[in-house]
Amino acid sequence: MEPFRKLTAHAVPIDQPNVDTDQIIPARFLQKPRSAPFGDFLFRDVRFNADGSEKPEFVLNAPFRREAKVVVAEDNFACGSSREQAVWALYDFGVRVVIAPSLGDIFSANASKNGLLTIVLPAPVVRGMIDALKAEPDLEIAVDLENQTVSLPNGPAHGFEIDPYRKRLLLEGLDEISFTLGQLDKIEAFEKTYAG
Amino acid sequence: MLRQKGVKPRAPLRAFGTPDHYIPTTSRDLMDMQDAEARQMAIALQNDTAAAGIPFFGLNDPRQGIIHVVAPEQGMSRPGMLIVCGDSHTSTHGALGALAFGIGASEVAHVLATQTLWQRKPRSMRVTLTGKLGPGVVAKDIILALIAKISAAGASGYAVEYAGPAIDALTVEGRMTLCNMTIEAGGRAGMIAPDEATFAYIEGRPYAPKGADWDKAVAAWRRLKTDTDAVFDREIALDVSTLSPMVTWGNSPEAAAPITGRVPLLEEAANAEKRGVMERAFAYMGLTPGMPLTDIAIDRVFIGSCTNARIEDLQSAAAVVRGRKVAEGVEAWVVPGSGLVKAEAEKLGLDQVFKEAGFQWREAGCSMCLATNGDKLLPGQRAASTTNRNFVGRQGPGSRTHLMSPAMAAAAAVTGHLTDVRDLMGER
Repeated sequence: MEPFRKLTAHAVPIDQPNVDTDQIIPARFLQKPRSAPFGDFLFRDVRFNADGSEKPEFVLNAPFRREAKVVVAEDNFACGSSREQAVWALYDFGVRVVIAPSLGDIFSANASKNGLLTIVLPAPVVRGMIDALKAEPDLEIAVDLENQTVSLPNGPAHGFEIDPYRKRLLLEGLDEISFTLGQLDKIEAFEKTYAG
Repeated sequence: MLRQKGVKPRAPLRAFGTPDHYIPTTSRDLMDMQDAEARQMAIALQNDTAAAGIPFFGLNDPRQGIIHVVAPEQGMSRPGMLIVCGDSHTSTHGALGALAFGIGASEVAHVLATQTLWQRKPRSMRVTLTGKLGPGVVAKDIILALIAKISAAGASGYAVEYAGPAIDALTVEGRMTLCNMTIEAGGRAGMIAPDEATFAYIEGRPYAPKGADWDKAVAAWRRLKTDTDAVFDREIALDVSTLSPMVTWGNSPEAAAPITGRVPLLEEAANAEKRGVMERAFAYMGLTPGMPLTDIAIDRVFIGSCTNARIEDLQSAAAVVRGRKVAEGVEAWVVPGSGLVKAEAEKLGLDQVFKEAGFQWREAGCSMCLATNGDKLLPGQRAASTTNRNFVGRQGPGSRTHLMSPAMAAAAAVTGHLTDVRDLMGER
């Protein structure tokens, strides 16, 4: 997994709550192998018409949004299905950070295994960011995982909480299975005592 | 993922597999799968479980079905277990007193390789349900009413325990429906403390402990109750005697209302953001603000899914359908949750009730709940569906889904529009 430390990049505001993972990647793409171009499937049915042409009104098709590495979304982003392909679609599109007042729990867990950072900030802060990004589409957001801050140009640095384990996974780009298998002695010790 | 790393499953006998999402519901032959990639995936599941020594019910096994129907039905899901699966509706198994939640593909690989998972303890929520359900009101209505009350993010970050007299009175299958849709309120896990009903449900099932092991297990399970002085991070109370049958009108399960009501008005939105959500939902769903919910005409009916495709679900739908016909122009399906549910329904003659009414009686699988197997609505088609998600495009691009209980879906099938099932019960 690619480590994540910090970035300063364009961002895309997704200004609606409860964006579900069926929207982020429709189910008909789930059987594709990981090598498939998942970025092309991101928001497929709201981003493209059936003939493959772009829907000009969708935010990802606007200037500065195509190269966005940050998504700033409303409440309960990526709720619903556990499909990890929702993370792959965002990641392959180029997104490395998702900021929202709340996120689907399973999505956040999946994100941390794939080098995608999810950040929860208070609703008014996120609202302010979405409004700022809509007013000035070329704004760049700075995200620093080591110091746990997010900021807009000339704005205050907003601190965020992150689980220390997830932080380490991302900062070091750890392979979780190898990491855990490195502690096999503890697993074996538990299995010896566990009666279940 | 494991093959790439050269890692073998650590405890194959603690794992289980059965194909459900991609398989056809018209036949039991993988070769009938039209999509080559999906067929390849189903074949890989069969081969990889065999190579790893993981128990597997294939498509030709009469016990195959939706994983969240099959595992409880086999007695594999039991109190005190920690159960994970690469599907968000794994919360279903919490109805048996297990801690069960959905995970992604990387975590599935991690569990197979290490038999462990890195987790933070979630916050705790208790939903206390009091009162007695009225006629025609069932577990599906409770959970839709609860999600409407606390929102689709209301249980985000929480593990939820359902408790109270209305839970005590609920069947284990009804409890599964409740726990199943906990994820639609954002909660990864929904749980119910095991009681006599739980033990009676599990006893005698193929994977349940037998003889002295059974007595020992039940004694241990009796201890799995929440302490009386336990403090929850959040408490919710709901009197179920106030509930009517529920239907959804929008594109989130929280957009639910009693069937006696109407589609909301834009002015009723709590804020500008909610108003925007409503406007988009009305446009997508083709609804007029303020119209009575019973005026919504449907094209399709789907009775199935891990939420509502167990035998009680099929019985309650059949009770409404019996002696009636599917309304003209409506295409109605029943997709049993497992091969064994299907067989039991056939033994009870329910298949005849459905077929005589004009329903299609299909093979077990997830089918049109998420439309990955080719079973889907056509763009613009509207369905009364016993599933769990009414998201944009969930049942196929352009699909319009109204969630409801099996009896309510059956009522819609015979009238051709959303209907208060109690009106049909009154005619009898």
